[in-house]
Amino acid sequence: MKILVAVKRVIDYNVQIRVKEDNTGVVTDNVKMSTNPPDDNAIEEAVKIKEAGKATEVIAVSIGEEKAQETVRKALAVGADRGILVKTEGILEPLAVSKLLQKIVEKEKPDLVFMGKQAIDDDCNQTGQMLSALLNWPQATFASKIEIKDKSLEVTREIDEGLETIEINVPAIVTCDLRLNEPRYASLPNIMKAKKKPIEQINASDLGVDTTPRIEQTKVEEPPKRKAGIKVSSVAELVQKLKNEAKVI
Amino acid sequence: MSVLLIAEHNNKELRPFTLNAATAASQIDTDVHAVIIGHECEEAAKALSELELIKKVIQVEAPHYENFVAENFAPVIVKLSENYSHIISSANTFGKNLMPRIAAALDTSQISDITKVVSNDTFLRPIYAGNAFATVKSKDNKKCVTIRPTSFDPCESSGGSAPIEKAEAGEEFAQTKFIKREEIKSDRPELGTARVVVSGGRGMQSGDNFKLITSLADKLNAAIGASRAAVDAGYISNDHQVGQTGKVVVPDLYIAVGISGAIQHLAGMKESKVIVAINKDGEAPIFSVADYGLEADLFEALPQFLEELNKLNTIQK
Repeated sequence: MKILVAVKRVIDYNVQIRVKEDNTGVVTDNVKMSTNPPDDNAIEEAVKIKEAGKATEVIAVSIGEEKAQETVRKALAVGADRGILVKTEGILEPLAVSKLLQKIVEKEKPDLVFMGKQAIDDDCNQTGQMLSALLNWPQATFASKIEIKDKSLEVTREIDEGLETIEINVPAIVTCDLRLNEPRYASLPNIMKAKKKPIEQINASDLGVDTTPRIEQTKVEEPPKRKAGIKVSSVAELVQKLKNEAKVI
Repeated sequence: MSVLLIAEHNNKELRPFTLNAATAASQIDTDVHAVIIGHECEEAAKALSELELIKKVIQVEAPHYENFVAENFAPVIVKLSENYSHIISSANTFGKNLMPRIAAALDTSQISDITKVVSNDTFLRPIYAGNAFATVKSKDNKKCVTIRPTSFDPCESSGGSAPIEKAEAGEEFAQTKFIKREEIKSDRPELGTARVVVSGGRGMQSGDNFKLITSLADKLNAAIGASRAAVDAGYISNDHQVGQTGKVVVPDLYIAVGISGAIQHLAGMKESKVIVAINKDGEAPIFSVADYGLEADLFEALPQFLEELNKLNTIQK
């Protein structure tokens, strides 16, 4: 079984997001970037499956600017065997990303494609499902448990009402939830070793996919500011305010 | 052209967010049609036809629609989409799972999780877990939009009498098999939709001390939340995590106990209507978003909180 894992480079989840003064987007210059958190779960799961002897190869792919190579390198440092960077400039919508991934899937012919359930920058939650539609493969979104069977997977999904279990035949797409596993940290020797693992660079323009945005982002604004609150001096005062002023209890 | 709303249901009843999605759909175009796909879902279809905003119901039935598998649902909607300008659903796990499959088949760039309809092609949506809001304009002919249910009021569940048309079922997608669904039966409201949330952070110091949070939550009929720090420390399981890497909650009342207010936590709760912070560090960032801040030792404050609540004649549920 060959597993392709898609990883995205995003602003680190601990960074305070600042909106640009001209309202064209958020500030990304000199901001710490990291792997999209649920993509770390996706890599971890693929590596665990390989360690259990149920996968032969784990390939990490990222789509983005040159610097996204760091994200691929990090995946290699935690156990992926080789990497692919699809180089692009500018904004890519999930539809374009899924079309580019489709090309990579056609080239690499993996049995499984893993990725995070959602990216924490645009919060779209679309790419896995779209890729699955384009390939006409089964999909298991929001996976919190994956059991590998012979030619299928049994996947437990986190849904609003609780948990759902489905069985999907390979080839298939799985989008990973944070509860799926505990991503490991890369050890120093493995970081050094990852420097020697190959990363193939592909220009998105060579893949024959029209990635022109279909959505125009006309404005990005700060969320409405909360008006300053007050400090209360005792629990009794707090309860009284909640009851009589805020009227929420 | 009319808009098509995808109803969410359990074959017997409509799921409540269908009513919120109907409101959002009607703000795009008043000619809202709704499709219900299921198995023996007569009752739910009837309830759908009674929503005041729905002008026509399309019912599609087959045994393989019983468990809402997206691979089975998407082709049905794609086929119906010819007559519609917009396809709408809730941005909950049902809609999130399904809509991108439809959008990709229609070669449309989906707009996820909108909080406001600006016009029939322009919408407001949160990005970076609500740390910024983007106004986006779709240039696609057909638009696939999911809506954030808590940003739209539910429509009236009666007053409508839409005709119910039946449409032909599609084939079953053989590569995906539903096995089981375990609905979490809890007396406690669900974190994502609770009116009140009580959350604990690293200041709780142990999993055992979360009992204090539980007692307060019981009293207020609240869901229990936690900061990532509390989850990482192993005090409570990850499904309680509120924040950018957990759940985003918008309750009427959010009580943060022993939570310093890391950016990633604030992203998950700062849209709450009323925020209370209890923390012994008066400089903690959580106070900057709190409507009511109490600088106190939580181990003294929480028992007092319960006592004060016990003195009240009534507590809203």
